[in-house]
Amino acid sequence: MIKVEDLHKSFEDLEVLRGVNTTFEKGKTNLIIGQSGSGKTVFLKCLLGLFTPDEGTILYNGKAYQNFSKNEKRELSKQMGMVFQGGALFDSMTVEENVVFPLKMFTKMTKGEMKNRVEEVLDRVNLVDTNDKFPSEISGGMQKRVSIARAIVNKPNFLFCDEPNSGLDPRTASVIDNLIQEITHENDITTVINTHDMNSVFEIGENILYLENGLKAWEGNKDNIYKTDNQKLTDFVYASNLFQKVRVTQREGL
Amino acid sequence: MFLFYFYQKFQKGLERMLSNYIKSIGQYFIMIYETFRRMTKTSELKRLILQELDDLIISSLGIVVFISFFIGAVIAIQTALNFSNPFVPKSLIGFAARQSIILEFAPTFVAIIMAGKVGSYITSSIGTMRVSEQIDALEVMGINSLNYLVFPKIIAMCMFPFVIAISMFVGIIGAYTASVYGGFLSSEQFLAGLQEDFIPFQVFYAFLKSFIFAIILATVPAFHGYYMKGGSLEVGHAATTSFVWTSVIIIFMNYFITQLLLS
Repeated sequence: MIKVEDLHKSFEDLEVLRGVNTTFEKGKTNLIIGQSGSGKTVFLKCLLGLFTPDEGTILYNGKAYQNFSKNEKRELSKQMGMVFQGGALFDSMTVEENVVFPLKMFTKMTKGEMKNRVEEVLDRVNLVDTNDKFPSEISGGMQKRVSIARAIVNKPNFLFCDEPNSGLDPRTASVIDNLIQEITHENDITTVINTHDMNSVFEIGENILYLENGLKAWEGNKDNIYKTDNQKLTDFVYASNLFQKVRVTQREGL
Repeated sequence: MFLFYFYQKFQKGLERMLSNYIKSIGQYFIMIYETFRRMTKTSELKRLILQELDDLIISSLGIVVFISFFIGAVIAIQTALNFSNPFVPKSLIGFAARQSIILEFAPTFVAIIMAGKVGSYITSSIGTMRVSEQIDALEVMGINSLNYLVFPKIIAMCMFPFVIAISMFVGIIGAYTASVYGGFLSSEQFLAGLQEDFIPFQVFYAFLKSFIFAIILATVPAFHGYYMKGGSLEVGHAATTSFVWTSVIIIFMNYFITQLLLS
């Protein structure tokens, strides 16, 4: 579980996060949504430890990050898996080398054990016969799946995803969403997903945080997002005609 | 009134530029410090160092040998053509070629060539990793990305003096070939000139400065790649800027070391 209390972050004169409070539950897919520039990526990078917050506290399993020793911070980063927007796969490595990388760096596994674990996770993300291919030789959807495999190979307690289905066709995007949700439930981990995709919101939004101008504007789940009267949230979620029709259908109980 | 306005604008611009330079110099030394902290796993470092040796040193040998041979030849021809006085011994062609190649051509000229070849490679490879979030991926995993990316390059570039030794050797072979087979002097005269007034300290000076250039060649381009901001266009800009700054620093350090050790 990750608890965030009064999180502030500024860049020179620009105040990006202005006191965010929320809790990301374990075993749930927690989604952060909001318009471009609302502070989602900065928020995620604060959770990952890539940005240091100006004020506020982030508690990982009840312990504040500020109180972690250097070794504890290093241990915490080993418990984190991250799926970047563009995949962030290492270009010079094959799919197998990318996935085995965290194991090589942080475990004392034998080559055989590593090989088995890599096969296991690649199988889990439905990737076959791609082990020796380079990232440039596989499709965008496959790259995302390799990125997920690399993020989960070390059995992390926290999984972070930055727009995991951006640039993918709706079918592949749905596959990726469901895969992340299944992995979250199977391993009982805390998953935080930063997304713009409303399909993801309605498919896997077990806990949704809506950010606006660096503040929490709404929090709930995919079921009560239909019933909300928060005008700004509804303007954002139902921006497309298709989702407006979905909303009408849902409200009418059809 | 106008003059005062432009003076103020100029002053502010100058202040901003100076402050940016001072910040960059500070950031550069912090980068060097961070590079030697939180070392990457030894087995992985070994692999990375061998890979960098191949990318930075071995792959540069071809161009270094090619350029050294022909520049050595040109130095010998130019010297021969300028020694028209019959009282000047012809062996001086060998002597002048040796001095030019060992003192300046091999260490400095080759370092500038390497700034273009190796420097732009380092900047663009690290810059691309920055743009495509690969550096963030390393940091999230708890890896010191500076140590992982820059340290192996520094260690690999420590082999640069060997490249310079090869350049010196090939340069002298080029000078010998051009002057002897070009009919400017005999083989004995060239070899006599080559051995005339030889000062071993000058070779030490050449290797010392090539070692310092190697550190500059590994770290300055890495700095420009690591701290770059923007997209793929900016990677190109960073590679160009890195080449300019690496060359400027090498030329300045060349003057500084020469003043310190030879004057």
